[in-house]
Amino acid sequence: MSKTMTVKKKKPFHISSAFLYLVLIIWGLTTVYPILWVIQNSFKDRNKIIVDSFSLPLGELFSTANYRRAFNDLNIFEAYKNSIFISAMVCIIVILLAGLASFALVRYDFKLRKLLNTAVLASMMFPVFATIIPVVRMESAMGIAYTRNWWLTMLSVILPQVAGNLSFAIVVLTGYIRGLPIELEEAAFMEGCGPFYIFFRVIVPLTKPSFATVAIFAFLWSYNDLFTQMFMLKRPDTYAITILLNRLTSKEGTDYGLMAAAVTLVIVPVIAVYILLQKQIVKGLTAGAVKG
Amino acid sequence: MGANIYKNKKPLFFFLVPAFLFIAVFLYYPFIQNIINSFMSITQLGQPAKGMNDPWYTNYVQLFQDPNVGTALVNTLIMTLVTLVGQVGIALILALMIDNIKFGAKFFRTIYFFPIVISATALGLLFNLVFLRDKGMLNQLLELFGKTTLTDWKAQGIALFTMMLPVMWQYVGFYFIIIITGLNNISDELYEAAAIDGASKLQRVRYISLPMLHNVLCTVVVLAVTGALKVFDLPWTMFPKGMPLKTTFLTGTYMYYQTNEVKNVDYGSTLAVMIVVLGVILSKVVNTIFKEKDY
Repeated sequence: MSKTMTVKKKKPFHISSAFLYLVLIIWGLTTVYPILWVIQNSFKDRNKIIVDSFSLPLGELFSTANYRRAFNDLNIFEAYKNSIFISAMVCIIVILLAGLASFALVRYDFKLRKLLNTAVLASMMFPVFATIIPVVRMESAMGIAYTRNWWLTMLSVILPQVAGNLSFAIVVLTGYIRGLPIELEEAAFMEGCGPFYIFFRVIVPLTKPSFATVAIFAFLWSYNDLFTQMFMLKRPDTYAITILLNRLTSKEGTDYGLMAAAVTLVIVPVIAVYILLQKQIVKGLTAGAVKG
Repeated sequence: MGANIYKNKKPLFFFLVPAFLFIAVFLYYPFIQNIINSFMSITQLGQPAKGMNDPWYTNYVQLFQDPNVGTALVNTLIMTLVTLVGQVGIALILALMIDNIKFGAKFFRTIYFFPIVISATALGLLFNLVFLRDKGMLNQLLELFGKTTLTDWKAQGIALFTMMLPVMWQYVGFYFIIIITGLNNISDELYEAAAIDGASKLQRVRYISLPMLHNVLCTVVVLAVTGALKVFDLPWTMFPKGMPLKTTFLTGTYMYYQTNEVKNVDYGSTLAVMIVVLGVILSKVVNTIFKEKDY
C-alpha cells in the first residue's frame, strides 16, 4: 500500500468536518479574543470602555491617553529593565551550572553519582511554597534581601530562581548528553585536550538545542513568576513587570483604561517573541513539564 | 577507551560543586529549615525566631482549628478536580478533533498556546476586566443577548467559578500539545488497517487513538494534578486575600496571606508543610489510579 493513500485524504468535506472546525474555532476565539479585546480597549478613553467595548477604536473613539498615563505614572520601562535583567541572569547561570553538572553526572563514574541523581530528582518535588520563607530569612541574614542596594535586591531574586530551575535543567540536559556519541570526545582526548576543553568545545556546541530548550523555559518561568518576586521586591525601583501589574490592581482599581494599556504593553512583546520562536518555545515549555 | 578520558576525577569538583551548592543551600536547607520553622515563633520575615512555640505543636493544632484551612483545602481539591476534568478533557477532545481535519491544524496549535506564554498576573488583570461587574466584557456580552441585570462575578458563591475558569482555560493548550504529540506517534498504518476493515471514524478513535494514548494521558493527569497545587499568581491577582470574605483561599494563597499579610510567619511555614504533605498524598493517589502500562 502506498504511503499517500492515507485515510484522511480520501474523505470528502462534509457536515462532520464543519462541526469540527466550528468547535476548534470557538476554542480559538476564547484564546485570541480576550487579547484582542484588551488591546482594542487600551486605545479608548477610559469612560468609553464600559459603554461600548466591542467596537474598534476608530475615529472619535481612538485615544492614546491610557498609554500616556502608563508611561508617565507607571515606570513601565524600569520594570521591563528589571524583569529582563533578572530573567537573563537566571537563564545564563542555570545553563552554565546545569551544563557543567550534567556533563560530569553523565560522563564521570564516581561513588556519589547515584545519590546526586536522586537528590536532583527529589528536589524537583519541592514546591516553592515550602522553601521560600527560609530562603528569605537566610538572604536577609546574609544582607542580600531587603537592602537599599539595587544589585543586591536583584541578586536576592536571582539566587532562588536559579535554584528553582537547576534541577529541571539538569534532568533535561543529562538526558540529552547521555545520547551523544562518545567518539568525538575520544578524538578530542587523543589530540591531547583536557576535560574543560572537551566540555566547552565539544559538548556545548553539540548540546545547543537542549540548552535552548532549557534557556527558554528558565527565562519565561522567571519572567512570569510572581510569587518569589513578591517576597523580595519591595521598593518601587526594583519592581519587575509582574509586580507592577499586581500593584496596579490594588492601587488603580478603577482606571480600566490604564489597566488595559498596561496589560497590552506586557502581553504584546511576549506574543511577538512567541510567534517568532514558536517551535523552540513550545518545546521548552513542554520539556519544562517535568519541573516540579 | 571512554573510561580513560574521565579517569582523572579532579575536575569533577569544579563541574559539580557550583550546581550542587545551589541545590543544597537554596532547596534542601530551606526545605528542612521550613519544617523546623513550623515549630518556632516568628513574626517578622527578616528577624530571628523568638524561640520555640509553647507547646511546640501549637501551629499544628491551629491547622486543624482554623476554618480557613478547611476552605483552602476544599477549594484546592475542587480546583484539582476542575483542572483535571476540564483541562485534560477539553485538551483531549480538541486534540482528537484536530487530528481529523485537513487544513489549519498548525494555526490552531499556535493560537491555543497563547495563554501559556503570557504571565498569569497579566491574565489575572485581563480577566478582572473581563469579569468586571460595572460592564466588563462578559456583562456587556450578556447585555447584547438581552440580559438586563449586571452579574457580580466576584460575589460570594460565584467567585470560585470566576477564579477557576481562567486557571483551567490557561493550560488547556499545554496538555493539548502533549496529547497531539502522542497522537502523532501513532502510526498511520493502524488507522489504514482499521479503515479497510470498515471501522468508522468514531470507532477508530475509540479503539485505536484512546488505547494508544493511555500512557500519554497518565502523564498529563499527573501533570494536571501537581500543577493545580502550584496555582498562585492568577488567583492572587483576581482575588487577593481570599476575597470575598475569605472564601476563595487556595492552600498556596492562604500560605502567602498568613506569611505576608497576617505576619504569622511560623504558621505560614506550617501551611507550607501541609502543602507538601497534600502534594505527596495526591500524587500517590493519582499514580495508583492512573498507572502507566508497558506494551
